[in-house]
Parts: sequence; C-alpha cells; structure tokens
Amino acid sequence: MTSTSLTKTIFGRLTWESFPIHEPILLGTFIVVAVLGLAIVGLITRYRLWGYLWKEWFTSVDHKKIGIMYIVLGIIMLLRGFSDAIMMRLQQAMAFGANEGYLNAHHYDQIFTAHGTIMIFFVAIPLVVGLVNFVMPLQIGARDVAFPFLNNLSFWLTVAGAVLCMISLFVGEFARTGWLSYAPLAELAYSPDTGVDYYLWSLQIAGVGTTLSAINMVATIIKMRAPGMSMMKMPVFCWTALCSNVLAIAIFPALTAAFFLLLLDRYAGTNFFTNELGGAPMMYWNMVWIWGHPEVYVLVLPAFGIYSEITATFSGKPLFGYSSMVYATVVITILSYLVWLHHFFTMGAGPSVNSFFGIATMVISIPTGAKIFNWLFTMYRGDIRFDLPMQWVVAFMLTFTVGGMTGVLLAIPPADFVLHNSLFLVAHFHNTIIGGVVFGLFAGMVYWFPKAFGFKLDEFWGKVAFWGWVIGYWVAWTPIYIVGLMGTTRRVHHFDDPSIQPYFIVAGIGALIILVGILGFVMSIVMGIVKRKQLADTTGDPWNGRTLEWSTSSPPPAYNFAFTPVIHDLDAWYDMKSRGYERPAGGFRPVHMPRNTGAGVILSALALAMGFGMVWYMWWLAALSFAGLLVVAIAHTFNYNRDYFIPAEEVATIESGRSELLAAGA
Amino acid sequence: MSNPSHHTAAHPEHTQGSAHNSRHFWIGSILAIVLTAVPFWLVMTGVLRDMQTTAILIFALALIQIVVHVVFFLHLDTRSEGGWTLLAFLFTAVIVVLTIGGSIWVMYHLNANMMPMPADGVAQMHDMSGNH
Repeated sequence: MTSTSLTKTIFGRLTWESFPIHEPILLGTFIVVAVLGLAIVGLITRYRLWGYLWKEWFTSVDHKKIGIMYIVLGIIMLLRGFSDAIMMRLQQAMAFGANEGYLNAHHYDQIFTAHGTIMIFFVAIPLVVGLVNFVMPLQIGARDVAFPFLNNLSFWLTVAGAVLCMISLFVGEFARTGWLSYAPLAELAYSPDTGVDYYLWSLQIAGVGTTLSAINMVATIIKMRAPGMSMMKMPVFCWTALCSNVLAIAIFPALTAAFFLLLLDRYAGTNFFTNELGGAPMMYWNMVWIWGHPEVYVLVLPAFGIYSEITATFSGKPLFGYSSMVYATVVITILSYLVWLHHFFTMGAGPSVNSFFGIATMVISIPTGAKIFNWLFTMYRGDIRFDLPMQWVVAFMLTFTVGGMTGVLLAIPPADFVLHNSLFLVAHFHNTIIGGVVFGLFAGMVYWFPKAFGFKLDEFWGKVAFWGWVIGYWVAWTPIYIVGLMGTTRRVHHFDDPSIQPYFIVAGIGALIILVGILGFVMSIVMGIVKRKQLADTTGDPWNGRTLEWSTSSPPPAYNFAFTPVIHDLDAWYDMKSRGYERPAGGFRPVHMPRNTGAGVILSALALAMGFGMVWYMWWLAALSFAGLLVVAIAHTFNYNRDYFIPAEEVATIESGRSELLAAGA
Repeated sequence: MSNPSHHTAAHPEHTQGSAHNSRHFWIGSILAIVLTAVPFWLVMTGVLRDMQTTAILIFALALIQIVVHVVFFLHLDTRSEGGWTLLAFLFTAVIVVLTIGGSIWVMYHLNANMMPMPADGVAQMHDMSGNH
C-alpha cells in the first residue's frame, strides 16, 4: 500500500501504461524521432558545436538570431503538423463502408486536434513572429528591439510550449477535443485523461511568450524608429506588424483567462463551463472566439505587409495608395473585434445578434478588398520582375480571393446554418490560411533569406516548392469544398457513403503534391547552402529593394547600422540610393549593445517542468519548478552586467570589410 | 538623443514643476473623496428610495471615478508620450467595452433563446409560426 502511494506521490498519474507501446504507429514514430534526435545530438557533440550554439544562438538577445530561431522552430513544427495532415488524408481516403481505415477514432481525434493546435500556435505564430523579429528592427533603423532579453525569453517560452505538446506524442496522449478544446467536452467529466491538460499547459506557457513578444514589438515600433521616420513614413510591413501585435496584446488575455477558468474546472472542481451547477459552456466558446477571430488577423496582417513590400520592390514602383493601405490595416484591426460570434451563429442567439455579426463580418472584406486593388494597381504599368517572391504574391492574390469570397458566403447566418461544422468551412479557412498566411510566409522567407544568410535560396527547388504548394493546395481543397457543400461534416474518421470516396482520394493526392512543395522548400535551403558561393549576395541589396533593411550588409552586422540612419522619405533606402548615398568610411564610434544571457533558457526549462508536473499531477515537481521560476526571475533582476560596447576599431574593421566586398562586386 | 525636439517640448513642463503637480493632486484627491462619499451617502441614507436609480447612479459615479484617477493620478493627458498614452488608453477602453458589452449581449440573448421551455413550449412555438 505504502509503496503505491509513494509512487503516486512521485509520479502522480504517470504509470507504465502511459507510454503507448501498444500503438505500433506511435512506437514507429518514436523510434524514428529517437534515432534522428540521437544522430543530431551526436553530430553536434562530434563537431563540438554545443558551446557555439549556446553562446551564439541559445542565449543570444540579437533580434536577428532570435527571428531565425523562431523560423527554424516554425519549420520543424510544420513538418510535424503536416505529417498529421497526411495521416488524416490517408485515413479519410480509405475509411469507407467496411474498411475502418488504419486509425481508430481515439487516435484520429488526437491527430486532428494536434494538427490544428500545432499549425496555428507552433507553426504560423512562430513564423510570423520570427519574420517580424528579424525584419522590423532593420526596417525602422534600430539596433535591436526595445527589450532584448524579453525577446529571448518569449522565444524559449514558445519552445517550451511546443516541447510539452510534442511530449504528449510519446508520454500519455494529446487532447481529442478539437483545436480549441471546447467545453463541456474538454471538462474532466468527458476528457479525464491527460490530453486536455497537455493542450492547456502547453498553450498557456507559449501564450505568455507570445504576449510578451507582442508588447516588445509594439514598444519597439513606437519608441525606436530612426530619426525622421514619422508613422506615415514607416514601411507597410512595420504598420501591419504594429497592428498585428496590438491585436495580440488585446486578445491573448482573453484566451489565457478562458484556459485558466477551464484549468480551474479541471483541477479545482469549479463549474465555470460545466453542464451542471450553473456552468456556461457557451461562455467558453464566447471567450475563446474573442481571441480566435482577431487571431486570424494577427497572422494575416503581417502577411499582407510582406505582400506589400514584395509587390513594391518587384514592380519597381512605390506602393500604390500607401495611406489607404495603412488605414485599411487599422480598420481591419478594429473590425476584427466585432465579428467573433460568426463562429457560432448556430448556438442559439436571435436574429439581431446574428445579423449584427454577419454584417460586421461582411464589412471586413471591404478594407481587405481595398488592399487587393492596391497591390494590383502597384503592379499596373510596373516594371514587374517575376522572381520567386513575386510569384508567391500572385498565387496569393488568386487563391486568397476565393477564400475571402467563401468567407463572405459563410458570413450570411442562414447559409451558415447549413454549412456550420461542414468540410466547406474547413476548406474555407484552409483557403485563407494557406493562401493568405502560408504563401505570405514563404514569400517572406524567400525574399529576406539572402538578408539573413548572405545567399539566395536555390531557384529551381524554390520553384518546385512554389508549384507543389499552389497546385497541391487546389487539388487538395477543391474536392473538400465540394463534399462540404454537399453536407459532409468535419472531424469524421469513417464514412458510410462510398460515392464521396473519389473526392477524398483526390484530396489525398493534393496533400501529396503539397508534400512535394514542402520537401522542395527544404531542398531549396539545402541546395542554397551547397551553392552558396554562386548564390552569394555581396551587395546587401539583391532585389533592388526600397526599405532600410537592404542598406545593410547581408547578413547584417550585430549592431545593424554603424550610424543610425536619418529618414527623409517613405521607401527610405530607395530615396537614399536615388540621392547618391555614400557609406560613411570613418569616424566610427563604439556601439552600445545588450549582452547575451542564459536566463531565458533556464526560465523556460522550469516552465516546461512545471507544465509537465501539472499535467501528470506530480505536485512536488510543479511546486518546485514554480518556486524555481520565481527565484531565477528575481535573481535575474540583480544581474547588472547587461550591456557592453563594441569598440570603434571593431566597427571600423567590419565596415571596411564591407566596403572591400562592395568594391569587388562593382 | 533620438528626438531633440522632444526635449524642448518637455522643458516648460519641468519649469512649471511641482506646484502644478501638487495642485493637480489636490484636485484629484478632493474629487475622489467626493465621488466616494456621495455613493456612500446614497446607500446609507437611502434618500432616493428607488434601488435601481441608486444602483445606476453609483455605477455612473464609479465610471467618473475611473476618469478622475486616470487623469489626476496617472496623469493621462494628450501630451504624455506624444499622445500614445491617451491612444493606448482609449483603445483599451474600446476593447474592454466591446468585449464585456458584446459578451453580455451575446450571452443574454443566448439565454433568452435557449432557456428550458415549459413542456408545451415546443407546441406553442409551432402554433405561433402557424399563425404567422
């Protein structure tokens, strides 16, 4: 008796049965992951890279390195999220009539939950935050963000959330409740296992990171613009980053609060969202969607910014209607708070509520449409170069517009009563998120890659990635639109009607074409590295850019700008180039920079341990790591050794090295 | 350093100095005390008799109290941080009103439409739609 209670105290509800050794698919995945992981760890140890990684990357407070690490995290998690997608497509292509497919319902439910959760929280958000982190300070002529340590902490908290979510794959199980874990299904009575707890704790930890990062970015944009850069001389990408992060600051507390109340329900026996004792499950939906709809704009606004930068650069023209673009962005920011109810028109509200939110939703398409016209007019009579980033932009305009139109269709409450919870809806939001956000992120990654690493991505494999994604998207989602319109519901792991099987087979083929696109993107990085000498960018301005980041070397020095630039015009770098700008050759001064610190990594590791302890009811671990969090956070405030100066001679050496490179290229 | 004009703009505020601030503080304190005392008096004496009017009045005074605190103690005005503080405050107010007001509206409406019906409620509804 005492020994069982002792193991209970130590391991909580973690037992040998928690490890899914009876599930061959999971076991196989685990073996592959373990072998790959060991191989990577072995290689890093063999080449003695741990010290380098720790000193130069993990503890770095340089916004460029943190941005790159965010993007690496996003790409790794994209591979995980996409394998979930492929598994779903395979199951749905098989499971008709007598064939039960290869996944049971229990496992399938975990997969679609994990797919949605990972794709939004650990793919889209890190990629967007990563690009903003890397590009925005360069575009406003700053040397780093407003709070460099906070930036490092935000990143590692996001990693901690992602790791906790990944642990659920092999220890215990993930939620089976859909990507927003609706109450009352997510309550203890209906989901007693660890799944929902993994979900809640990993998103709470990552959510702290996202909120802190948003505060950091807003402070940076408002306080650290180079002299002369008034708000209306700021690049559009910075405007969209500002609006997106303002949105994030305002909405993430709503999600945190909703999750916190659900955690209280699950851990402390409260009844906020239960069916019994006056609980209001619909209040959970309400709070979650107050976060959820603006979140879509948190992701897509920076993508709109990327499209704006690329369209202007590759059309060789200033952006058409800059101020209308800014106002459209601000209007979308405000309107996005007024539409959340369209996610649950069918929940029982009357005509006045439903028509208000339906109309508000349709109104959003007006500023969005204005943006599309702005991009088209920028291209009109422009000297268009169809390099890869521009191809992504054109594919976005064609794809996203369809997604926007099906969105307006769904905004009509009577139509939504028919289409609610159908695959038509699923196709609609994949249309906007793939066509809007993902295409934008790829465009941005291809566009700014030479700035980050000093060489372009391989063009051929880049084209493979492009065509794989674009064709794959249409082949995969058109049939889903059709079956959805016919009434097929989402989150179903087996179908009875064999007549719709061909649609799912075509959708599966589409997913495989997207796989080609993803592998093509990975290959374009690999071949870029192999051919980096040929693809090198010595000018720092490979695309003939217009904004300030292209005035630095590729990759930029740690301090970004030897002298803070003075801004006279929108498209500051184009203005400098056309006025015959000469780089300063001397008179360099020491540069004041923030110092690296390991506190972010340590705090996030403790947060991860706390999350794991809470999930498995190991109270001692949770309490200990929470105490540790407080101690380390307080101890870090006594660390006064936070900054240093890059000596003027070093700046002079770096700058003259660049001058030689430029002279050799010219 | 980044913005020299900011320094010159901030200068007059400094010369006015503490006299201005302490006057500000006293006005704020007196207003805050009055705005607290009045609701207290309303409840203790029950002068208005009508409970609902009293509640609405207290609510209104509380809102004014918020404004007094923000203006006199947190020094929110159009000039601080070049107007950004005011903008951030207004934005927060808008979001809070939208979120709380919207949630109350939505949930109340839901309640109105989803409350358990009496046993013959469904039949009644059919009748009603028939009459229309």
